Amino acid sequence: MRHRNSGRKFDRNSSARRAMFRSLTANLVLHEAIETTDAKAKELRRVAERLITKAKRLGEVAYTAQDKLSPKDKARRLHVARLVGAYIPRFGVRTEKGGDQKKVDLVEKVLLDLAKRFASRPGGYTRTVKYGPRRGDNAPMVLIELIGEGDAAADEGEKKPKKAAAKTTVNSSKKATAPSGTEGVKAE
Amino acid sequence: MAVPKRRTSRSKRNMRRANHDKVTPVQLIACPKCGEPTVPHRACASCGHYKGREIPGAKKASKAD
Ligand SMILES: [Zn+2]
Repeated sequence: MRHRNSGRKFDRNSSARRAMFRSLTANLVLHEAIETTDAKAKELRRVAERLITKAKRLGEVAYTAQDKLSPKDKARRLHVARLVGAYIPRFGVRTEKGGDQKKVDLVEKVLLDLAKRFASRPGGYTRTVKYGPRRGDNAPMVLIELIGEGDAAADEGEKKPKKAAAKTTVNSSKKATAPSGTEGVKAE
Repeated sequence: MAVPKRRTSRSKRNMRRANHDKVTPVQLIACPKCGEPTVPHRACASCGHYKGREIPGAKKASKAD
Protein backbone atom coordinates (compact mmCIF):
# COMPACT_ATOMS: atom_id res chain seq x y z
CA MET A 1 0.00 0.00 0.00
CA ARG A 2 1.25 3.45 -0.71
CA HIS A 3 -0.56 5.12 2.17
CA ARG A 4 1.00 8.46 3.14
CA ASN A 5 3.59 8.17 0.38
CA SER A 6 3.36 11.22 -1.79
CA GLY A 7 5.24 11.86 -4.98
CA ARG A 8 6.06 9.90 -8.07
CA LYS A 9 9.06 7.65 -8.61
CA PHE A 10 9.28 7.70 -12.40
CA ASP A 11 10.85 4.23 -12.36
CA ARG A 12 14.16 5.75 -11.31
CA ASN A 13 16.35 5.40 -8.28
CA SER A 14 16.68 8.50 -6.15
CA SER A 15 19.86 9.78 -7.76
CA ALA A 16 18.48 9.43 -11.28
CA ARG A 17 15.29 11.12 -10.15
CA ARG A 18 17.20 13.95 -8.55
CA ALA A 19 19.30 14.37 -11.68
CA MET A 20 16.16 14.51 -13.79
CA PHE A 21 14.52 17.18 -11.64
CA ARG A 22 17.75 19.12 -11.40
CA SER A 23 17.88 19.44 -15.13
CA LEU A 24 14.14 20.06 -15.51
CA THR A 25 14.28 22.83 -12.90
CA ALA A 26 17.35 24.38 -14.47
CA ASN A 27 15.70 24.38 -17.87
CA LEU A 28 12.49 25.84 -16.49
CA VAL A 29 14.40 28.68 -14.83
CA LEU A 30 16.52 29.22 -17.93
CA HIS A 31 13.81 29.13 -20.60
CA GLU A 32 10.76 30.24 -18.53
CA ALA A 33 8.66 27.59 -20.29
CA ILE A 34 9.40 23.96 -21.14
CA GLU A 35 7.52 21.07 -22.68
CA THR A 36 7.37 17.86 -20.71
CA THR A 37 4.95 15.13 -19.70
CA ASP A 38 2.04 15.96 -17.44
CA ALA A 39 3.36 13.77 -14.62
CA LYS A 40 6.84 15.26 -14.70
CA ALA A 41 5.41 18.76 -14.78
CA LYS A 42 3.24 18.08 -11.75
CA GLU A 43 6.22 16.85 -9.80
CA LEU A 44 8.43 19.64 -11.12
CA ARG A 45 6.06 22.22 -9.60
CA ARG A 46 6.92 21.03 -6.08
CA VAL A 47 10.64 21.10 -6.72
CA ALA A 48 10.86 24.38 -8.60
CA GLU A 49 8.42 26.31 -6.46
CA ARG A 50 10.14 25.28 -3.23
CA LEU A 51 13.37 26.59 -4.67
CA ILE A 52 11.79 29.95 -5.49
CA THR A 53 10.14 30.10 -2.06
CA LYS A 54 13.56 29.66 -0.46
CA ALA A 55 14.73 32.74 -2.31
CA LYS A 56 11.53 34.61 -1.54
CA ARG A 57 11.91 34.15 2.21
CA LEU A 58 14.86 36.55 2.02
CA GLY A 59 12.46 39.33 1.08
CA GLU A 60 14.21 42.36 -0.39
CA VAL A 61 17.60 40.98 0.60
CA ALA A 62 17.37 38.62 -2.38
CA TYR A 63 17.45 41.39 -4.97
CA THR A 64 19.23 44.28 -3.24
CA ALA A 65 22.72 45.21 -4.39
CA GLN A 66 25.54 43.70 -2.33
CA ASP A 67 27.03 47.05 -1.24
CA LYS A 68 23.70 48.10 0.30
CA LEU A 69 23.40 44.97 2.44
CA SER A 70 24.46 44.64 6.05
CA PRO A 71 27.03 41.88 6.75
CA LYS A 72 24.28 39.84 8.36
CA ASP A 73 22.03 40.10 5.30
CA LYS A 74 24.95 39.29 3.02
CA ALA A 75 25.47 36.09 4.94
CA ARG A 76 21.77 35.22 4.78
CA ARG A 77 21.74 35.81 1.06
CA LEU A 78 24.88 33.77 0.53
CA HIS A 79 23.37 30.90 2.45
CA VAL A 80 20.21 30.87 0.32
CA ALA A 81 22.27 31.22 -2.85
CA ARG A 82 24.18 28.12 -1.79
CA LEU A 83 20.97 26.24 -1.02
CA VAL A 84 19.64 27.07 -4.47
CA GLY A 85 23.02 26.38 -6.05
CA ALA A 86 23.11 22.99 -4.38
CA TYR A 87 20.09 21.98 -6.39
CA ILE A 88 20.45 23.58 -9.80
CA PRO A 89 23.55 24.09 -11.92
CA ARG A 90 25.06 27.56 -11.66
CA PHE A 91 24.92 28.41 -15.38
CA GLY A 92 22.74 27.66 -18.35
CA VAL A 93 23.10 28.65 -21.98
CA ARG A 94 20.08 29.88 -23.87
CA THR A 95 19.83 30.57 -27.58
CA GLU A 96 18.29 34.00 -28.10
CA LYS A 97 16.01 34.88 -30.99
CA GLY A 98 18.82 36.25 -33.13
CA GLY A 99 20.74 33.00 -32.72
CA ASP A 100 23.15 34.39 -30.10
CA GLN A 101 24.08 32.21 -27.19
CA LYS A 102 23.42 33.77 -23.81
CA LYS A 103 24.99 32.44 -20.63
CA VAL A 104 22.63 32.85 -17.68
CA ASP A 105 23.54 32.62 -14.00
CA LEU A 106 20.59 30.50 -12.86
CA VAL A 107 21.15 30.92 -9.12
CA GLU A 108 21.24 34.70 -9.47
CA LYS A 109 18.17 34.58 -11.69
CA VAL A 110 16.21 32.80 -8.96
CA LEU A 111 17.30 35.39 -6.39
CA LEU A 112 17.29 38.58 -8.43
CA ASP A 113 14.52 37.98 -10.91
CA LEU A 114 12.15 35.28 -9.68
CA ALA A 115 12.13 36.19 -5.97
CA LYS A 116 11.21 39.75 -6.94
CA ARG A 117 8.65 38.75 -9.56
CA PHE A 118 6.81 36.42 -7.21
CA ALA A 119 7.18 38.53 -4.06
CA SER A 120 3.46 39.20 -3.81
CA ARG A 121 2.31 35.78 -5.08
CA PRO A 122 1.58 33.27 -2.32
CA GLY A 123 2.87 30.17 -4.11
CA GLY A 124 1.82 28.84 -7.48
CA TYR A 125 4.60 30.32 -9.58
CA THR A 126 4.07 27.96 -12.48
CA ARG A 127 1.29 27.26 -14.93
CA THR A 128 0.76 24.21 -17.09
CA VAL A 129 -1.22 24.01 -20.30
CA LYS A 130 -2.08 20.54 -21.55
CA TYR A 131 -1.80 19.96 -25.23
CA GLY A 132 -2.33 16.30 -25.92
CA PRO A 133 -0.53 12.99 -26.29
CA ARG A 134 3.04 12.51 -27.45
CA ARG A 135 3.72 10.46 -30.53
CA GLY A 136 5.53 7.27 -29.64
CA ASP A 137 4.23 6.54 -26.16
CA ASN A 138 1.00 8.56 -26.06
CA ALA A 139 2.16 10.34 -22.89
CA PRO A 140 0.07 13.45 -22.16
CA MET A 141 2.28 16.46 -22.81
CA VAL A 142 2.11 19.89 -21.25
CA LEU A 143 3.78 23.24 -21.46
CA ILE A 144 4.92 24.31 -17.98
CA GLU A 145 5.91 27.91 -17.55
CA LEU A 146 6.87 30.43 -14.92
CA ILE A 147 4.09 32.94 -14.64
CA GLY A 148 5.04 36.27 -16.16
CA GLU A 149 4.76 39.71 -14.60
CA GLY A 150 1.64 40.92 -16.38
CA ASP A 151 -0.10 37.55 -16.33
CA ALA A 152 -1.98 37.84 -13.06
CA ALA A 153 -4.26 40.65 -14.18
CA ALA A 154 -4.83 39.12 -17.61
CA ASP A 155 -5.77 35.80 -16.01
CA GLU A 156 -8.48 37.22 -13.81
CA GLY A 157 -9.97 39.37 -16.54
CA GLU A 158 -10.17 36.61 -19.10
CA LYS A 159 -11.49 33.80 -16.95
CA LYS A 160 -15.14 34.71 -16.83
CA PRO A 161 -16.02 35.62 -20.42
CA LYS A 162 -13.96 32.71 -21.82
CA LYS A 163 -15.73 30.16 -19.68
CA ALA A 164 -19.13 31.18 -20.97
CA ALA A 165 -17.92 30.97 -24.56
CA ALA A 166 -16.39 27.53 -24.04
CA LYS A 167 -19.74 26.08 -22.99
CA THR A 168 -20.98 26.08 -26.60
CA THR A 169 -21.50 22.48 -27.65
CA VAL A 170 -19.77 20.75 -30.53
CA ASN A 171 -23.03 20.08 -32.31
CA SER A 172 -24.02 23.71 -32.60
CA SER A 173 -20.54 24.67 -33.75
CA LYS A 174 -20.49 22.00 -36.45
CA LYS A 175 -23.60 23.49 -37.97
CA ALA A 176 -22.06 26.90 -37.88
CA THR A 177 -18.79 25.84 -39.52
CA ALA A 178 -20.28 23.24 -41.85
CA PRO A 179 -20.17 25.28 -45.08
CA SER A 180 -16.55 26.32 -44.63
CA GLY A 181 -15.38 22.90 -43.38
CA THR A 182 -11.72 22.30 -42.73
CA GLU A 183 -10.59 24.96 -45.17
CA GLY A 184 -11.76 27.68 -42.85
CA VAL A 185 -9.53 26.45 -40.04
CA LYS A 186 -6.37 26.78 -42.06
CA ALA A 187 -7.30 30.22 -43.19
CA GLU A 188 -7.47 31.27 -39.56
CA MET B 1 -13.72 -26.32 -6.82
CA ALA B 2 -16.54 -23.79 -6.86
CA VAL B 3 -18.13 -23.68 -10.24
CA PRO B 4 -21.11 -21.77 -11.71
CA LYS B 5 -24.39 -23.66 -11.38
CA ARG B 6 -26.07 -21.86 -14.26
CA ARG B 7 -24.95 -20.33 -17.47
CA THR B 8 -25.11 -16.52 -17.15
CA SER B 9 -28.03 -15.27 -19.18
CA ARG B 10 -27.53 -12.57 -21.81
CA SER B 11 -29.57 -10.28 -19.63
CA LYS B 12 -27.43 -10.79 -16.50
CA ARG B 13 -24.22 -10.59 -18.52
CA ASN B 14 -25.30 -7.32 -20.12
CA MET B 15 -26.55 -5.89 -16.84
CA ARG B 16 -23.13 -6.54 -15.32
CA ARG B 17 -21.31 -5.02 -18.24
CA ALA B 18 -23.64 -2.03 -18.43
CA ASN B 19 -22.15 -0.50 -15.31
CA HIS B 20 -18.61 -1.71 -14.87
CA ASP B 21 -17.43 -1.97 -18.45
CA LYS B 22 -19.20 0.97 -20.03
CA VAL B 23 -17.28 3.33 -22.24
CA THR B 24 -18.04 6.99 -21.77
CA PRO B 25 -17.71 9.11 -24.89
CA VAL B 26 -14.98 11.74 -25.00
CA GLN B 27 -16.54 15.08 -24.17
CA LEU B 28 -15.74 17.72 -26.74
CA ILE B 29 -16.29 21.45 -26.88
CA ALA B 30 -16.04 23.88 -29.74
CA CYS B 31 -12.75 25.75 -29.73
CA PRO B 32 -13.59 29.37 -28.82
CA LYS B 33 -10.95 30.51 -31.33
CA CYS B 34 -11.53 28.39 -34.45
CA GLY B 35 -14.75 26.47 -33.71
CA GLU B 36 -13.22 23.04 -34.27
CA PRO B 37 -14.13 20.24 -31.83
CA THR B 38 -11.52 20.10 -29.10
CA VAL B 39 -10.95 18.43 -25.74
CA PRO B 40 -11.73 20.71 -22.79
CA HIS B 41 -8.84 22.07 -20.70
CA ARG B 42 -6.35 21.41 -23.46
CA ALA B 43 -4.82 23.59 -26.12
CA CYS B 44 -6.76 23.19 -29.37
CA ALA B 45 -5.04 20.74 -31.73
CA SER B 46 -6.14 22.57 -34.87
CA CYS B 47 -5.27 26.18 -33.99
CA GLY B 48 -2.97 25.66 -31.00
CA HIS B 49 -4.73 28.19 -28.78
CA TYR B 50 -5.78 27.97 -25.17
CA LYS B 51 -7.32 30.76 -23.11
CA GLY B 52 -6.74 33.31 -25.82
CA ARG B 53 -3.09 32.67 -26.54
CA GLU B 54 -1.06 30.36 -28.73
CA ILE B 55 0.68 27.45 -27.02
CA PRO B 56 3.97 26.54 -28.73
CA GLY B 57 3.98 22.91 -29.82
CA ALA B 58 0.23 22.44 -29.42
CA LYS B 59 -0.75 22.63 -33.08
CA LYS B 60 -0.76 19.37 -35.00
CA ALA B 61 0.45 19.88 -38.55
CA SER B 62 -1.35 17.20 -40.56
CA LYS B 63 -4.55 16.38 -38.68
CA ALA B 64 -7.54 18.62 -39.32
CA ASP B 65 -10.42 16.18 -38.89
ZN1 LIG C 1 -8.89 26.03 -32.23
